[in-house]
Amino acid sequence: MTDIGYYPGCALQGSSNDYERSVRATLQALQVQLQELDDWICCGASAAHTINHKLSVALPARNLALAEQQGCAQLLAPCPMCSMELIKAGKALADSPALRQEMSDIVELPVTGRTQVLNLIQIFQQIGLPALKAAVKQPLEGVSVACYYGCLLTRPSALLAFDDCEQPVSMETILTALGAKTVAWNFKTECCGAGMTMANEETVLNLSHKILSNAAAHGANCIVVACPMCHVNLDMKQAAIEQRHGVRHDLEIFYLSDLIGLALGLDRQTLGIDRHFVVKNGNSACRL
Amino acid sequence: MSRIGVFVCWCGENIARTVDVVQVAEASLQFPGVKHAAHYKYMCSEPGQSLIRDKILADRLDGIVVASCSPHMHLKTFRGAAQAAGLNPYLVEIANIREHCSWVHQDKAKATAKAIDLVRMAVAKVRRNNALQAIKVPVTKRALIIGAGVAGIQAALDIADAGYEVVLVEREPSVGGKMAGLSETFPTMDCSQCILTPRMVDVGQHPRIKLYTCAEVESVDGYVGNFKATIRQKARFVDIKKCTGCGECWNACPQKKIASEFDYGMGNRRAIYIPFPQAVPARPAIDKQACLKLKKGVCGICAKKCAAGAINYADQDQLLEEPIGAIIVATGYQLYQISAQQPTAELSGYGEYGYGQYKDVIDALQFERLVSASGPTGGVIQRPSDGKEPKHVVFISCVGSRDNAKGISYCSKICCMYTAKHTMLYKHKVHDGQAHVFYMDIRSGGKNYDEFVRRAIEQDHARYYRGRVSKITEENGKLIVRGADTLAGTPVTIEADLVVLASAMRPATGSDDLARKLRIGYDQNGFLSESHPKLRPVETNSAGILICGACHAPKDIPESVAQASAAAGKVLVMFSHKEMQRDPEIAKINESTCSACFACVRTCPYQAAEKADVRDRAGNLVKRTARINQGLCMGCGTCVAVCPSKSADLEGFSDQQIYAMVESLL
Repeated sequence: MTDIGYYPGCALQGSSNDYERSVRATLQALQVQLQELDDWICCGASAAHTINHKLSVALPARNLALAEQQGCAQLLAPCPMCSMELIKAGKALADSPALRQEMSDIVELPVTGRTQVLNLIQIFQQIGLPALKAAVKQPLEGVSVACYYGCLLTRPSALLAFDDCEQPVSMETILTALGAKTVAWNFKTECCGAGMTMANEETVLNLSHKILSNAAAHGANCIVVACPMCHVNLDMKQAAIEQRHGVRHDLEIFYLSDLIGLALGLDRQTLGIDRHFVVKNGNSACRL
Repeated sequence: MSRIGVFVCWCGENIARTVDVVQVAEASLQFPGVKHAAHYKYMCSEPGQSLIRDKILADRLDGIVVASCSPHMHLKTFRGAAQAAGLNPYLVEIANIREHCSWVHQDKAKATAKAIDLVRMAVAKVRRNNALQAIKVPVTKRALIIGAGVAGIQAALDIADAGYEVVLVEREPSVGGKMAGLSETFPTMDCSQCILTPRMVDVGQHPRIKLYTCAEVESVDGYVGNFKATIRQKARFVDIKKCTGCGECWNACPQKKIASEFDYGMGNRRAIYIPFPQAVPARPAIDKQACLKLKKGVCGICAKKCAAGAINYADQDQLLEEPIGAIIVATGYQLYQISAQQPTAELSGYGEYGYGQYKDVIDALQFERLVSASGPTGGVIQRPSDGKEPKHVVFISCVGSRDNAKGISYCSKICCMYTAKHTMLYKHKVHDGQAHVFYMDIRSGGKNYDEFVRRAIEQDHARYYRGRVSKITEENGKLIVRGADTLAGTPVTIEADLVVLASAMRPATGSDDLARKLRIGYDQNGFLSESHPKLRPVETNSAGILICGACHAPKDIPESVAQASAAAGKVLVMFSHKEMQRDPEIAKINESTCSACFACVRTCPYQAAEKADVRDRAGNLVKRTARINQGLCMGCGTCVAVCPSKSADLEGFSDQQIYAMVESLL
């Protein structure tokens, strides 16, 4: 059993609790024990840095300070907004003694920024392909998946060297090893509309429609994501997209941990897949 | 009693703005041994030099200090002035009050005090200078030129035509370099091959040019005028003396699908091949990675077909030595790799352009082959994926260049021009086609250059968009190019059939290794460093080694050729003397105190310290000692530092002089 610090963030314990269920179940099956950060707070997300730069560092800095206090050398943040904010703050802290001092004073905890923050892809990369392959109980045969990274997962590129920012392939590498077929398509890193889903749904319905259409046009029977926001826009909004554009997409949207969990033999309920909006059972195109 | 003259230079405003030069001159008069002090606006100018000469004669000065710029800049000038007045040039010292003082300080009072200290030290030193005589060494009047692209060819012909022997080393099977593969050249649209191939033939046939192809420089020993180059002649598996170049072998070779390096993978060659029909020498080479006989021991068809018996599968690399007097490096460039895979961690690629992923996204040199009459399509523009004629072609400039995020901050200089040329070549061949160019700035400085770009836009109707491309994707056989037109303030999407990327120029692979072998400098981008950007643009900091062409910085053909002739000119200046004068500021060993421990022999980086015997008249061994080879010593002083018995000393920088300088400050 490996112990890893776990920062859920707001989404995973709210609207995207299916994601948390999936992450926990799959990592459990892979002998990774998650130690949830005690007393974690908001990462700042997209709001903090638009109004106050200091606040946008202080919020993640407090979470990093907690991780250090609670002995977590590594911290998993499955939401890419959270992982990016934590990584950015960690780097800024590690680079500047003055900032470390200032932030330690503000959050009233010593913080150095030495915690290694991982997103969902990185944790599976760390577990490694040999270990993943060895744990496969049901290879992902019949799955033809479009891997969708969205805007955040591989950015900022200077800080996230685990994959190429513009032509990422890390999810493909993992899923191919588990028996899935991955499709070459064009919208891997395009915007899904993200938070515009609240302010201007029309934008999301257009952008996400393009993503779904392109994936289907290139032969995908499902899409895999590693971001709660992407999942909301592609899954929950799919019915609205179909209605708006007068088409039928009928594409299941999985979290990366869903597909890995299915390959490990976990069932849909355990992984929270039954809580998705586009749900297919038995006669699903991907036969899972 | 010394009679030292101090001459303080204003350097216009450069020194005088920050240093009170009058005060420095006045203060100098108080230093022991100073007979005369003066200041002048431009000491390096003729009136300034004449001031120095006159004072040396009038006051019978026996040493001078010039307080001015760096000795790299004008030590030679002032030594010349002293010599003209009959003073030994090694009795001249420079106090560097520009680079070491006025340029790096703001506070005038403190800078002036520092300048006075610098002059005080120089005076203390010059009082202990010895009159030295230049060392004379013989010159081997043969030049080694590394790289036989257009620059190397030009330099080789210039030197050979002047009557001296040239050893020309090229690592590819043919001379010609990148230029041999170009279609037509800006701004006159001459056919590249038409202007280059006659010169390639001249190189191949010149009685004074010894040409090595498939060869690399293994090592270089010795010093200016007296280098010894070791050349690795790589196994070619074809005896080029026996071979007649008839072509029976390559026409029969069953390995037909080897990507041609000359066509940048746009066409194929055989395993035994000549890179292109006009190659010099027009003799094939065998690619040992592709040849079935060499890889698996089967086939052998080429040997059966060869009537001359020139095929030799047992060929081995050979090391050959050449005595050389001067070296010109002309190793050229390569293109930055566009895809995500990069040769070093400092560079990163453009995953968003899909180069290497989409067949119809190509780089500029590949496009040159596509429009070249000698290219794989015979000059017919066909896109690589399906051979169709592209009706919309997008050209993207600055791919890699001027992009700090990708690790290259410099401008590659030629891309604006060749991109304009590409749009014209395309339009001349596909009349109903449309060229689109995304650019950051149009940099077309040069004779008839901007007019050329305007012609591409106004007469050949290339559409220019000022902005970058963010992504290229492929849909239904079309490349969807999405970018910005920042002048119109709108996003642009173009459905293109072909995309051509103007990739940045980088130094050729291995040029950094070569630089280390030759002990010459290179910059953070790997381009070879000139000795002085303005006044010594083709010299390096190693005497007798010169650079020209794109190994120095991105440049076009006219500039490379001009620089090559400049380098050749420098070599010819060297060869015009019977013997060379070397700087006598080198190490010497006091043989009476040397204990023959040979610490210096072990540490000398130039192998200049040697073991020697001291014998009496009868020839009996008196003692052993270390001795310095005057031809090899570069005056670095390493032996002085390691000598435990203080028997080694450096002329011009003796311990006594250095201590005197330090003492003068205390």
